[in-house]
Amino acid sequence: MERYSAWRLFREALNGHRGWTPAWRSPSPKRRYDAVIIGGGGHGLATAYYLAKNHGMTNVAVVERGWLGGGNTGRNTTIVRSNYYHRESARLYDFSVRLYESLSRELNYNVMFSQRGVITLAHSRHDLEVVARWAGAAQLHGVDAEMVSVDEIKRRIPLLDTSPSARFPVWGGLMQRRGGTARHDAVAWGYARAASRLGVDIIQNCEVTGFSRNERGRVVGVETSLGPIAAGVVGLAVAGHSTVLADLAGFRLPVTSYALQAFVSEPLKPVMDTVMLSLATGAYISQSDKGGLVIGGGLDLYPSYAQRGNLPTAQRVIGALADQMPALGRVRLLRQWAGIVDVVPDSSPILGETPVEGLFINCGWGTGGFKAIPAGGTLLAHHLATGEPHPLAEPFGLRRFATGALIDEAAASGIAH
Amino acid sequence: MSGRRLPGGGRIDRNRPLNFTFEGRPYRGYVGDTLASALLAAGVRVVGRSFKYHRPRGLLAAGVEEANALVQVGEGARAEVNLRATEVELHEGLTARAVNCWPSARFDVGAVNNLFGRLLPAGFYYKTFMWPDWRWFEPVIRRAAGLGRPSILPDPDRYETRHAHCDLLVVGSGPAGLAAALAASRRGERVMLVEQDPLPGGSLLWRPAQIDGRSGSDWAERAAAEIAAAPDALVLTRTTAIGYFDHNALALLERVAGAAGSPGPDHRPRQRLWSVRARRVVLAAGALERPLVFPGNDRPGVMLASAVSEYAARWAARAGDEAVVFTNNDSAYAAAHALLDTGGRVAAVVDSRPAPPARRTASLQARGVRTLLGASIVATHGRPALTGVTIRDAEGHDHRVAADVLAMSGGWNPTVHLFSQSGGALVWDGEQALFRPGRSAQAEVSVGAAAGEFGLSTAIEQGWRAGGGEGAPPLADAADERWTIGPLWRVPARGKAFVDFQNDVTADDIALSARENFVSVEHLKRYTTLGMAADQGKTSNVNALAIMAELTGRPIADVGTTRFRPPFTPATFGAIGGRARGELFQPLRRLPAHDRHVQAGAAFEEYGGWLRPAHYPGAGESAHAAEQREALAVRRAVGLFDGSPLGKIDVVGADAAEFLDRIYANTLSTLKVGRARYGLMLNEQGAVIDDGVTVRLAADHFLVGTTGGGADRIAAWLEEWLQCEWPDLDVLVAPVTTAWAVLTLSGPKARDVLDAAGVDMAIGEEDFPHMTFRECRVAGVPARISRVSFTGEVSFEVSVAADRACELWDRLRLAGAPFGLAPVGIEAWMLLRMEMGYLHLGADTDGATTPDDIGWGRVLKRRRDFVGRRSLTRPELLRKDRLQFVGVEAVDSTVPVPVGSHLRSPGLPSGSEGYVTSSGLSPTLGRGVALAMVRAGRSRYGEELLVITGEGRGRRVRVTVPGVRGPGGEPLDG
Ligand SMILES: Cc1cc2nc3c(=O)[nH]c(=O)nc-3n(C[C@H](O)[C@H](O)[C@H](O)COP(=O)(O)OP(=O)(O)OC[C@H]3O[C@@H](n4cnc5c(N)ncnc54)[C@H](O)[C@@H]3O)c2cc1C
Repeated sequence: MERYSAWRLFREALNGHRGWTPAWRSPSPKRRYDAVIIGGGGHGLATAYYLAKNHGMTNVAVVERGWLGGGNTGRNTTIVRSNYYHRESARLYDFSVRLYESLSRELNYNVMFSQRGVITLAHSRHDLEVVARWAGAAQLHGVDAEMVSVDEIKRRIPLLDTSPSARFPVWGGLMQRRGGTARHDAVAWGYARAASRLGVDIIQNCEVTGFSRNERGRVVGVETSLGPIAAGVVGLAVAGHSTVLADLAGFRLPVTSYALQAFVSEPLKPVMDTVMLSLATGAYISQSDKGGLVIGGGLDLYPSYAQRGNLPTAQRVIGALADQMPALGRVRLLRQWAGIVDVVPDSSPILGETPVEGLFINCGWGTGGFKAIPAGGTLLAHHLATGEPHPLAEPFGLRRFATGALIDEAAASGIAH
Repeated sequence: MSGRRLPGGGRIDRNRPLNFTFEGRPYRGYVGDTLASALLAAGVRVVGRSFKYHRPRGLLAAGVEEANALVQVGEGARAEVNLRATEVELHEGLTARAVNCWPSARFDVGAVNNLFGRLLPAGFYYKTFMWPDWRWFEPVIRRAAGLGRPSILPDPDRYETRHAHCDLLVVGSGPAGLAAALAASRRGERVMLVEQDPLPGGSLLWRPAQIDGRSGSDWAERAAAEIAAAPDALVLTRTTAIGYFDHNALALLERVAGAAGSPGPDHRPRQRLWSVRARRVVLAAGALERPLVFPGNDRPGVMLASAVSEYAARWAARAGDEAVVFTNNDSAYAAAHALLDTGGRVAAVVDSRPAPPARRTASLQARGVRTLLGASIVATHGRPALTGVTIRDAEGHDHRVAADVLAMSGGWNPTVHLFSQSGGALVWDGEQALFRPGRSAQAEVSVGAAAGEFGLSTAIEQGWRAGGGEGAPPLADAADERWTIGPLWRVPARGKAFVDFQNDVTADDIALSARENFVSVEHLKRYTTLGMAADQGKTSNVNALAIMAELTGRPIADVGTTRFRPPFTPATFGAIGGRARGELFQPLRRLPAHDRHVQAGAAFEEYGGWLRPAHYPGAGESAHAAEQREALAVRRAVGLFDGSPLGKIDVVGADAAEFLDRIYANTLSTLKVGRARYGLMLNEQGAVIDDGVTVRLAADHFLVGTTGGGADRIAAWLEEWLQCEWPDLDVLVAPVTTAWAVLTLSGPKARDVLDAAGVDMAIGEEDFPHMTFRECRVAGVPARISRVSFTGEVSFEVSVAADRACELWDRLRLAGAPFGLAPVGIEAWMLLRMEMGYLHLGADTDGATTPDDIGWGRVLKRRRDFVGRRSLTRPELLRKDRLQFVGVEAVDSTVPVPVGSHLRSPGLPSGSEGYVTSSGLSPTLGRGVALAMVRAGRSRYGEELLVITGEGRGRRVRVTVPGVRGPGGEPLDG
């Protein structure tokens, strides 16, 4: 498999681009792998990559029901930040952001990580207080977080109505300059390509339908729509379908699946350069490199596995932005869609062991796991390869629901993505 | 060349000319024209530039599928960008420009990209720009991307939302849709017929047809009029069905007033979003023609064959003088006839099929047209617009033929977007080479061309049946002709052959995608950006996946389509948001006595959705001074506070006490009638979610008090438990927050004021003690009074019916004047409770705080179960070093420590041991008072901590019990 570079692009141009080879192989599944990862989203693919890269395990398969990156990884609004409130989260997400900072070069694939800054708007006295406490916490954890003034916000986001008469006046905000966005598909494809190059088998259109267990109850393989595959260990990274797979494995997860919708406008010339989140309306917006305004908001109200949008949420989220950015009234919505997110009571991920021996999990990222893909992959790979949780993952074990050691980000900062 | 308007015909009003400009040049059209038809008639051939290579582009289509002619209409705040010229109705004075080119569509500097085109294959940006870092390249890419430049001025127009129900919603007013709506409306059904065009008729507006003895367009006009006249029917033109959601809910976008870019009449909204729930839906949205994929197929002058016919018939605009037709199916023959009928010349018809139906070719040969069979077009010529084409005949010989218009047809795609959105799966129809609707997922039928049925009689028949029509349907005068196609997905010849015109995706890009294993349609789409432009791939999707099928040797059905996502055509944010803007966006609630607060000089702020007095500054008084004065008034005399937003929920029924015992962490069933009790509610995690004072009005009737912010949330929470978990309980829950106005008198003189206002019962401390409740009359107004206090002073919380709030306010102020009564805003109220060390839920707690954290561990029920109880027994929640609610006082100065400041013992090197949750300047003591959550705080009274973040960094505080003490250490309220 060739290395990508400007030079290579130039040479290929002379040759009509006929020399490029597949970005990843599409082999038929082998009978047995040392590790099988269920779910070809960012977390699953990254896990496979780091198994090969960090632990030298290359007899690994990623088993994906549909097309790789087709779950939330390919549907999300791509916000990356690490200014989390709790120490455990800040360390986890900042580890991820640091990996993102060098990911394009690491994978030899341009994931377009763009640190354009993320601003969270405070709309009242109370919001400002929450944000001050949150900024302080992030700073104590060594993560960059600063309070920004209304003037600075106005300068960075001219579309925003910052007048005192606005329905949700802007009192200030919290900014993480190292935060930003990345190209979601590129993250999935970059990991897939790099993993495949190291020998990982990526098996698409292959749904896991059950687990095979030995007499001790340990998982020794998976049943799939393409037949059984034996496995030394199994990693589960299926986001919104975690509960479905847990049912198949015979255990329960404190996870509820909801549709989270996203929206994109028609492509426009650059009108905003910073990612913006509003604490009052829950709406968030950024402009992609293609020019579309990429927008999200709260969850749908009811649990669902249907990856479909609906009108009321569009009205709520798009309406909020049309109000907060009054020029957007004439901008047009191009597409809306939804992904199924795995929501946990404390809105923190679940990482590590499951009640079933040999089966390890990475889920519960809910509305905010895109930013965590490099970290999530590293940590699950570590656990699968060494049998021990990575120190960063330890606080996020399933056991915390029994001990009560929750890491409640939504409670602390008011936002979960 | 100009002057392509035909001397007669067309649905334009030649008596009403309109002046407009395009790219700064003046032109003239007529009422009835679209911007596109007027430009075509004026001989304008280059209407825009492509996205990536900035190639000159002309009109491709005549309708919503137009991929090239994207324009900005209007200037300033009303400018609208990325509009398709084919959908812009012309109006006097319209100004339009092409988007994404500079300085103009004809001479565009960006066209240099075309020279470097070979360096920019699909996905090139994934393979480079990694060194030294993406940030060096991104700004350039960003500037190049995007189409129109939107206005950043506030949108001055209004939008509206409407909700409707109907028996039958028909989408599309072509023959099939009209027949369906006609049938249903004759049966007296509530029918809605929606049509995106200004005129009903669909293809009848331009296709020659005879129905019931009339011309097709006449018949359509009459049918639409008949439907519109039916009592329960509604015909909406200029209305696009943009989304089909679950449970037969559809969204329609109606363009009401104000042609694009121009102001509408003031009394009408610009656009209206309809949210419709339909018992049945008929999808009759027709079909869209596919382009052919061959080198140079994007040169201005290359158009869809049906568009050529439509421009001629509907707008009397001839696309060119010298035409070549290129097709793989029968339908384009009609375009050749249309061109001939309107005085144009047809140099050749190139049919890729070796043996198309003889009658098709014969009819043209009879008119002197050359037909080349088994041939294709391998190149186009002309700069910037078409002057000729190269035809490769069946023997492989190339012929160059002059032409200024090339009418192409690659077959048809039923407009299945809404069907797909409804959840239905598409099936591949190999004979007609198209995807058509398979089994319906909802109460829906697709008819006519939208179902892949191209005969007029069949379409009418299908529509008629779908509408429940009895008897014979309207009769088309000619029998349906069989329509055939021989798929040609791409012409195998060298050169840029475009598949997606708007995003500049070529057949070679698809080949590259296949070579690199991006073979799933979704990968193809994302990798090449095919189908992701503003036209959402209306003309490109099927061609692309068919090419991918060819390249990978799979049947087309196996490659499958991508999902169609709403909206069908782009919809303005304004319309989606509707009236919910400004004041009407999550409207602020006003207190029942709002006007009185205004008179009293209140400065209002939002608190949890309510507009409430923060304070009442007197003339020249600062906010801070006002707060201090108001708080002191309560401590020294009496204050009047409007607490109406505090949540009030009636909980009634035989099991009311049992229910509340399960919900509250403390016991309520033992509460005596007429008495009040503070209660805590937890969630399943054991975290405190609300608190408040609940009173018992009768054995089976409680009035639950919640925080202001919790009023709606807790009512829903109670309902959820009742309906989902304990449906067996006999309990009704009714939120009554807004039914009552609550005015609280607080301060040493509170009792005097109440007395003076007149109350029909004894209110002495023994008659009416703390934590009791009475119903009575205050100043003649029926009232409820609770003896609870959030300030530490004697308080009477007086509730009256909301509509008597002003009356009570006036009486209390009058009665209070001699006692120095002052209206008190929230900020002073908060100072008072901080002085007392009273918790304010949501400020001092967050979603993880447990009862024990705030010192309420001892009131929890020991024996009985309640929501959250089990969680409280988890080891982490029993730890002694949790964050606990304490007071803190600054050691170093009287200035308050900012809320949010983190605290830590000076001995610790890092981390946080807690943070300040509430803080203010105590008017009583003249120094800062604060509350905090501190690790193991209750065991650390007296300990000094360091402020480690924020503006107070470096300051020192001491941990105390919550609430400040008087000089002698006594609590402030004695
Ligand atoms: C609309 C939206 C916006 C979001 N915005 C952000 C954001 O701005 N920032 C952020 O950080 N996060 C965001 N997120 C969250 C983020 O997308 C997810 O947390 C993250 O992508 C999860 O990655 P994953 O690999 O775990 O899951 P996924 O990408 O969903 O991958 C799981 C895969 O498992 C496969 N699978 C399921 N069942 C089976 C089976 N039985 N057998 C085999 N395979 C199976 C699925 O097909 C899927 O491909 C958003 C999510 C959504 C939906």
